[in-house]
Amino acid sequence: MSQAAKPGTAEPWRDPAAEPFLRIEKVTKRFGDFVALDEVSLSIYRGELFALLGGSGSGKSTLLRCLAGFLEPDAGRIVLDGQDMAGVAPYARPVNMMFQSYALFPHMTVAQNIGFGLKQEGAARAIIRDRVAEMLALVKMEGFGDRKPSALSGGQRARVALARALARRPKLLLLDEPLSALDKNLRESTQFELINIQERTGTTFVIVTHDQEEAMTMATRLAVMDRGTLAQVGTPSEVYEFPNSRFTAEFLGTANILEGVVEGVEAEGVRIGSSELDFDILAEPAPSKPLGSRVFVALRPERMRIERVEPGSALGDNRLVGRVRDIGYYGDYFLYYVVLEHGKEVRVSQPNLRRRTERPVDWEDTVAVTWDRQASMVLPE
Amino acid sequence: MSPAARRRLVLALPWAWMAVFFLVPFGIVLSIAFAEPSEGLPPYAPLLRWSGEATAVLQLNLANFQLLLEDPYYLDAYLRSLRVAAISATLCLLVGYPMALAIARAPAHRRNLLLMLVVLPFWTSFLLRVTAWIGILQDQGWLNGLLLALGLIAEPIPLLYTDAAMYIGITYCYLPFMVLPLYATLSKLDPSLLEAAEDLGARPWRAFLQVTLPLSLPGIVAGFLLVFIPAVGEFVIPELLGGPSAQLIGRVLWTEFFQNRDWPLASALAIVLLAALVAPIALFQWRAGR
Ligand SMILES: Nc1ncnc2c1ncn2[C@@H]1O[C@H](COP(=O)(O)OP(=O)(O)O)[C@@H](O)[C@H]1O
Ligand SMILES: [Mg+2]
Repeated sequence: MSQAAKPGTAEPWRDPAAEPFLRIEKVTKRFGDFVALDEVSLSIYRGELFALLGGSGSGKSTLLRCLAGFLEPDAGRIVLDGQDMAGVAPYARPVNMMFQSYALFPHMTVAQNIGFGLKQEGAARAIIRDRVAEMLALVKMEGFGDRKPSALSGGQRARVALARALARRPKLLLLDEPLSALDKNLRESTQFELINIQERTGTTFVIVTHDQEEAMTMATRLAVMDRGTLAQVGTPSEVYEFPNSRFTAEFLGTANILEGVVEGVEAEGVRIGSSELDFDILAEPAPSKPLGSRVFVALRPERMRIERVEPGSALGDNRLVGRVRDIGYYGDYFLYYVVLEHGKEVRVSQPNLRRRTERPVDWEDTVAVTWDRQASMVLPE
Repeated sequence: MSPAARRRLVLALPWAWMAVFFLVPFGIVLSIAFAEPSEGLPPYAPLLRWSGEATAVLQLNLANFQLLLEDPYYLDAYLRSLRVAAISATLCLLVGYPMALAIARAPAHRRNLLLMLVVLPFWTSFLLRVTAWIGILQDQGWLNGLLLALGLIAEPIPLLYTDAAMYIGITYCYLPFMVLPLYATLSKLDPSLLEAAEDLGARPWRAFLQVTLPLSLPGIVAGFLLVFIPAVGEFVIPELLGGPSAQLIGRVLWTEFFQNRDWPLASALAIVLLAALVAPIALFQWRAGR
C-alpha cells in the first residue's frame, strides 16, 4: 500500500508553486576526512511521510541527526517552516525524534516518559496529565501509564517512544529505523499504525530505514541514499518503475541489468544491440539517448516470462535462451535463476497461481525468457 | 564430581576465605570485648575459666559496653568520626563526580589512560603521599610559598594541623574509591538517553539533573560507602595532618590499645563501630533489594 498511489492524494512536490516545509540545501557533513553527507539537497512538504532509504553507512542517520540538531552541518542550510536551523540547539528545535533504541528513560514510568517534553516547557500538571492520556490513547496504550519501560514488550516500547516524541506536537518527527527491533508480523502491523497516526496528527514524518519494503509501504516519497548522496528522490512507484541508475534499480527491488548500444530509434521505441549476447533489446518509450551510446537496461524479474523450449532454440528480440540453474520457492511466487550461454545469470519470477505438483519449468530445463518492450527500463545514467 | 558438588567446592573457597580472615578475627575481637582487663600478656582474662573439676564458667563482662554508652568522651569521638567521614565522602563526591563524568565522556581511546592516572597515586606508598602533603601545607611549604610569592598573602596562613588539612588528605587519598564506581555506572549510561532528554526540550543542565544524576545513583551510593566506611576509622591521616583537638575514633582506639593497654575496651569500641556501620547499610541493602 503506497500512499502516493491513492487517488486524490495531494502531491505538492508536483506543484512548482508549493512552498517546501523543510528545505535541506547542499548540506555537507564530514567526520575527519570522511564525507558522510556530500551536498545533499532535498525538499520535503508539509504532512509528508518521507523515507530515507539506503544501505548501512550511507549517511541516513547522519542526515537525521543534522535535522535533530545533534550534528551541525559543515556546509549548507536546513530551513524548517521558514526558520533557519543553523545554531539552533536540539532542545530549542520544534523537532522530535523517535530513537532506534527508543531511549526510554528507565527510571521513569510510561506516563513520566511521555510527559517529559511538556514538563520541560513548564506546562501545568493538569495539562500534562491530559496530554499524556491523549497520547496513550493515540498509541492504544491506555492503562500502561504507571508501568516502567522495563515491564513492556518491544512493540509496546515502540508505541511509548512514538507517543513521547509526538507529545510536544513537533513540526517534524524524525524516526530512526523505528521498527527494526520488531519481528516481521509486529513490524507490519505497526507500519500501518504509524501511517494511521501520521495521517491523524498531520505531522510531517521523516523516517530512516534500510528496509525497502518498509519504505515502499509507508512513504509518500522516498530518497535512496548512496555514500552520502541522494541517488534518487521520488514516489515509491516512480523510483521502482523509473530507476535512474543501476544503484537504485538494484537497491529497490530486484533487477537484471543488461548492457547494450543504441542502434536505432523507431517510432514506438528504441532498438538496443546487446554488447554481451547476439540479440536486440527493444524498449518503449524511447529514451533520450543518441545513436551509438552505451546504455544499461534494467529488467524486473516479475515482468519477464519463462517457458520451456527445445535445446538450441534461437535468441531473438527481447528473447533470451538459457538453462535453469536453480529455483527458489517463496510460497507466493517462484524465482528462476537462468544461466545464459556465456555464463551471465538472469532472475525471472513467476506467480504461484495454482497448487501444482509438477512445475511447468524444472531444474536443468532449457528455457526462453521473454518480455514486452515496455518492461525494458533504459537507465538514464 | 557432580556439577552440584563442583559448585559447592567453588563456593567453599570464598566462604573459607571469609571464615579465616573475617569471622575468626571478628570472633576473637568479640570475645576480648567481653573479657576483663588484667595485667600480663595478653592483657585480658580468658572468658572461660576452669573452676574446680570439669566445670567451665563463662564470664561475660558488659562493663566495657556500659562505659562506652555512659562516657560522653566515646560517644563524642564516634559522632565526630561519622561527621568527618560524611564530609570527606561528600567532598570526594563533589570532586570525583565531574572527574568520572569527564572520563566517561572522553574519547574511548583516552579513557584507559585517564583511569590509569586516577589510580596512579596508589603506586607510591600511602605514608609517603600523606607526608608529602605536610611539605605542601606547612608554613614554609609549597602552597604558602606560592601564595607569598604571588603577593596574595603577607604572611603564611596556618594550614597544617587543621581540619582543612585533614579533609584535604582524606579526600585526596580516597578519591579513587569514589571515581571508579562512579565511572563504572556513568560509562554504562546509554548516551541516547541524554540525547532524548535534550531532544525533548531539556537544556543540558536539566538533562543532567533529570537523567544522568538519577541513573548514576547506584554509583554514588557505592562510591560514598567505599569512602565513608574506611574514613570513619581513619587514623593515620588525622594524626599526620589534622589538629590535636580532633579526637576521632581511630585515635581513641589506638590510645586504648597501645597506651592504656585496655584491649577489652578497645575491642568493644571496634565492635560498636562495626555495628553502627553495618546496621544502616544492611537496612539500605535490604530496602534496595525489595
Ligand atoms: N560520529 C562519527 N564519527 C565518525 N564517523 C561517523 C560518525 N557518525 C557516523 N560516521 C560515519 O558516517 C557514515 C554514515 O553513518 P550513518 O549516517 O550512521 O549511516 P547509516 O546510513 O547506516 O545510518 C558511516 O560510515 C559512519 O562510520
Ligand atoms: Mg543508522
